[in-house]
Amino acid sequence: MQPFTTLTAVAAPFDMANIDTDRIIPVRFLRKLRSAQAGYDPYLFHDMRFDARGAEKPEFVLNQAPYRRAGILVAGANFGCGSSREGAVYALLDSGIRAVIAPSFGDIHYANELQNGMLPVTLPEEICRGLRDQLQARPGATLTIDLPAQTVTDTAGDAHPFMIDPVYKERLLKGLDDIGLVLEHIPAIESFEQRYHAERPWLA
Amino acid sequence: MTAPRTLFAKIWDSHVITERPGGDALLHIDRNFVHEGSFHAFGALAKDGRRVRKPRQTFAVADHYVPTVNRERGLAAVEDDDARHMIGLLEENCRVNGLVHYGMADERQGIVHVIGPELGITQPGLTITCGDSHTSTHGALGAYAFGTGASQLKQILATQCLWMKRPQTLRVSVNGRLAPGVTGKDVVLAIIANIGTAGATGHVIEFAGNAIRGLTIEGRLTVCNMAIEAGARAGMIAPDDAVYQYLHGREYAPKGADWDRALAQWRALPGDDGARFDREVTLDGAQLEPMLTWGTSPEEALPVSGRIPDPQTLGDADKRAHAAQALAYMDLKPGMALTDIRIDRAFIGSCTNGRIEDLRAAAAVLKGRKTMIPAWVSPGSTPLKAQAEAEGLDRIFRDAGVEWRASGCSSCAAMNGDTVPAGLRCASTSNRNFEGRQGKGARTHLMSPAMAAAAMVTGRVTDVRQLLAGN
Repeated sequence: MQPFTTLTAVAAPFDMANIDTDRIIPVRFLRKLRSAQAGYDPYLFHDMRFDARGAEKPEFVLNQAPYRRAGILVAGANFGCGSSREGAVYALLDSGIRAVIAPSFGDIHYANELQNGMLPVTLPEEICRGLRDQLQARPGATLTIDLPAQTVTDTAGDAHPFMIDPVYKERLLKGLDDIGLVLEHIPAIESFEQRYHAERPWLA
Repeated sequence: MTAPRTLFAKIWDSHVITERPGGDALLHIDRNFVHEGSFHAFGALAKDGRRVRKPRQTFAVADHYVPTVNRERGLAAVEDDDARHMIGLLEENCRVNGLVHYGMADERQGIVHVIGPELGITQPGLTITCGDSHTSTHGALGAYAFGTGASQLKQILATQCLWMKRPQTLRVSVNGRLAPGVTGKDVVLAIIANIGTAGATGHVIEFAGNAIRGLTIEGRLTVCNMAIEAGARAGMIAPDDAVYQYLHGREYAPKGADWDRALAQWRALPGDDGARFDREVTLDGAQLEPMLTWGTSPEEALPVSGRIPDPQTLGDADKRAHAAQALAYMDLKPGMALTDIRIDRAFIGSCTNGRIEDLRAAAAVLKGRKTMIPAWVSPGSTPLKAQAEAEGLDRIFRDAGVEWRASGCSSCAAMNGDTVPAGLRCASTSNRNFEGRQGKGARTHLMSPAMAAAAMVTGRVTDVRQLLAGN
């Protein structure tokens, strides 16, 4: 997994709350295989980005020239609610988006971002709105996310501190995979299972 | 003396293998489910050169992509090449890893969250996972059950455990007695309308109170199923005699002396008196009416006697913006009575409302009546379909002009081709009314099976109690 340290990237303002994972990637694309050659980027926000004939909708933020290279989204509350589909993260990542800043996230989607080396940044509602206002005033401006310092620096140079669980932070900084962090506990796991199943033989 | 603990705390504590600084726990997972959509996790596992560590603890079923028509034709009935490939791939991944697999033709096949309880795989006190957000369903039997993405699913397949942050707890108490015609679906829609789709983010909900306790197992499964639509990590209900009676004799339920031992353990699970929750919400069940959604978020729900709200009168800026967009998508106007909404299609089924009680409730409305609109029923499982046929329910549906189909996720996820055409309005017993959920441009109104049946009869949103009063 690619480590995440600092990221300076064009940020796109996404002025909408409750963006569910069905919107991020419509269900009909989840059957597609994903490889280095064929990423999930064509499916990102597909039905918001394209009209019925497959033409781009010019009003959609990621279709606008300054935001085509966006590496950060600044969204409304409850980003990624709904379905557990990790395809939503694949579509974001394969489109070059490595961080989403929002007041809150759907729990499963939040975990899915972390599992793929993406950084979900939680900042208060008014700060997210302020960032979106700045980005709308200066289309194509960049934000800087500094994970070691736990700050987001806005277009005016002000740094906004954010909280992240220390365990998640370390995993992102080092690009660690959870399986490795589990396997070092195999002796503890095996003795737990033995004890647990001795009391519940019908589950073994 | 130890402090009083909640149901959730007892399950969590008994599954912690080890903890690491920061409050993460390595949690033992009792049972895991996979379906066709799990191919990303199996692929990643194989790429790492790993196999499933505990093959007896993972159960596979084909549900999301299976067709609900022409099932006797087997895989040939699957029109989409990608979908056919995925159904075959699941079988192959199960063969390689030695997993139990309920394929399309298996007589135990059904929707994962229906067959888990049905086979007794779901039991009180267990930790249960699946790469599907509606895994919260299983909590109705007193389990801690939650959905994961593909990466965490891969981790569970590889290790049978998961690093997790301990969630907070929210008790939602629904007191009083539900009025006739008010079901588990109406209760949970009312809860979501009350606390919002992010109302329980980071929390596990324990549903409590007389109205919850009075629900059948089917009704409880419906309530816990939609806990995720309130943003909850999981939903759960303390197990009681109704749960034990439901489980007794099922294929995977403990037998003989094991049953007695299990029962003693299960009886110790309900929360202790005085156990504290991080948050509490209370609703008066006696005030509830049949509910339905009018917008494109499960929280945009109202009693059937209500009117479409004016977005400008809603709580905060986000809600106003969402509602305005929802009304445009749904082609509805503020002030309109919900019962004036015309309905074009109806779907009864899904892990939310595809169980025997749901089919009976819909059949009770449809008996001796006809549907005015194209409508179909997909029972939650193949055994349940057989049970409904033995009870004669299929005849009632067919006589009413309703299609009686095979079991699968069907129009809830609309992955198998059972989509609703753009612009048409579907009365659906499923769980999500998101834009495009049932097909691009499709408009979904979530409601109970009885309410969906009432909409079939009249071709518009109808308070089912008016139809039942005449019976």
